Amino acid sequence: MIALENVAYSYGGGELLSDMSLRLAPGSFHFLTGPSGAGKSTFLKLCYGELLPTAGHITLFDRDVRSLTRDDIAYTRRRIGVVHQDCQFLDHLPLAANVTLPLTVAGRAENAGDLADLLGWVGLGALAQALPPSLSGGERQRAALARAIIMGPDVILADEPTGNLDWEMSLRLLTLLTELNRMGKTVVVATHDLNLIRQAKSLVPARVLRISKRRIHLAGADL
Amino acid sequence: MMRLPAFLRDEGKGDSVVPPSGHTAWLTSFTAAAMAFLAVFALALSLAAGSLAARWQASLDRTATVRLSAPEDQIDLQTKAVLATLATTPGIASARAMTDDEQRALLAPWFGPDLPVDTLPLPRLIEITEDSAGYDGEGLRQRLAAEAPGAVLDDHTRWRRPLAVAATRLRLLGFMSIVLIGTATAAMITLAASAALAANAQVIRVLRLVGARDVYIARAFVRRFTLRALMGAAAGTGLGMVGVWMLPSADSAGGFLTGLGFQGAGWLLPLLLPPLTAAVAYAATRASALRKLRELT
Repeated sequence: MIALENVAYSYGGGELLSDMSLRLAPGSFHFLTGPSGAGKSTFLKLCYGELLPTAGHITLFDRDVRSLTRDDIAYTRRRIGVVHQDCQFLDHLPLAANVTLPLTVAGRAENAGDLADLLGWVGLGALAQALPPSLSGGERQRAALARAIIMGPDVILADEPTGNLDWEMSLRLLTLLTELNRMGKTVVVATHDLNLIRQAKSLVPARVLRISKRRIHLAGADL
Repeated sequence: MMRLPAFLRDEGKGDSVVPPSGHTAWLTSFTAAAMAFLAVFALALSLAAGSLAARWQASLDRTATVRLSAPEDQIDLQTKAVLATLATTPGIASARAMTDDEQRALLAPWFGPDLPVDTLPLPRLIEITEDSAGYDGEGLRQRLAAEAPGAVLDDHTRWRRPLAVAATRLRLLGFMSIVLIGTATAAMITLAASAALAANAQVIRVLRLVGARDVYIARAFVRRFTLRALMGAAAGTGLGMVGVWMLPSADSAGGFLTGLGFQGAGWLLPLLLPPLTAAVAYAATRASALRKLRELT
């Protein structure tokens, strides 16, 4: 689905990530952890084609990312749902329009019939017409998750999704992610919240990856 | 029923993803309106120059003048000789000597109406009208020299040529103005579109994140700027046409301004300006948007 082979990424003359090899299997659940600035966000950007590796190969759905045109990247992103810490909404559009934005840009707005169900599932049924700036942090994160999954993506990448949330709201979001994983979605969550990872491991068989010293490692016993 | 082009219908709600913009909106409309207003006058100037050239050509074409200077006691004799020569010249339809009243009328603008023509040593003017075949100018000059030594043939070439050149250049100037106006419109709309794209970099990032293709994002901006340009140009064209219509009429202005404006079907020509402006805006915004998108993401 997503595979990295000896991938390196350099920025501003320095190497941020190096010699990373990893395969994200369908239906797997991964946590990505590491100190701030270690390269977690960069890793995720490499996984959805926003950045290109400076060495090595990344394969997205069986195609080398370097061979993809800008249009191909756009089509690929329709199969990858991304949740950012800062959510990134269009503030002038109501929540419903933001959540259905992937369908709108794909010319499939008529497929938004289950929007009410989706918003209800993430607990935002009553806020469909609210503008993003009026939402709380937790509501924004759940809305971002709804937007990320409305196209029925194969992979969900979440970058510090609970960074601005209290523990209760973090658990609620985690529950949603684990439910999606049970539906067969591949999930990668970048976080440095070890409590959240411990909690998740009681719910799903998650692999924990740690980025340190520019490389990715499989973490385990210390969690 | 005729349908609008797909990008104008916005069936996919394309441009709603772009936030309502402030100054670029009215700036684009105002620019298009001002340029269309100017283009209407440039078009009127071009058409007027064309018709002016045609009128000058028509009034001078197929006419010539024989100017006869001779001592007073020979003037009538030489006039008859000239008329006789002209009557037997192939290519000349008619020839007649102008009366004193007609000569006085010709000189009135310079010397006033009370000029005593009969006391002045003015040359006799003989007006010639050619037939469709035309005459041999050089041959006629030689015959006149033999029959009436004081006769000089003026075929108006030295007047006609600079007038025709002036009118042609005037028309060229008008068309060049229209091209410059179109180019300036494209440049200004490109700048406005680039500014709007730069101001909406965050919106573009979000759209790319959720899988929007460049052409989708560009269309949202292109549609908005094209419609603004179309509406602005329509307003400017309307105002320009009213302005041309209100220009002094040929009778009251006379001289150079005679005929400046649109005649008959010519009034339909300015109506092409709004769609042309929209086409310029479409091309300029699309090129700018696609270029800017490659820079931004």
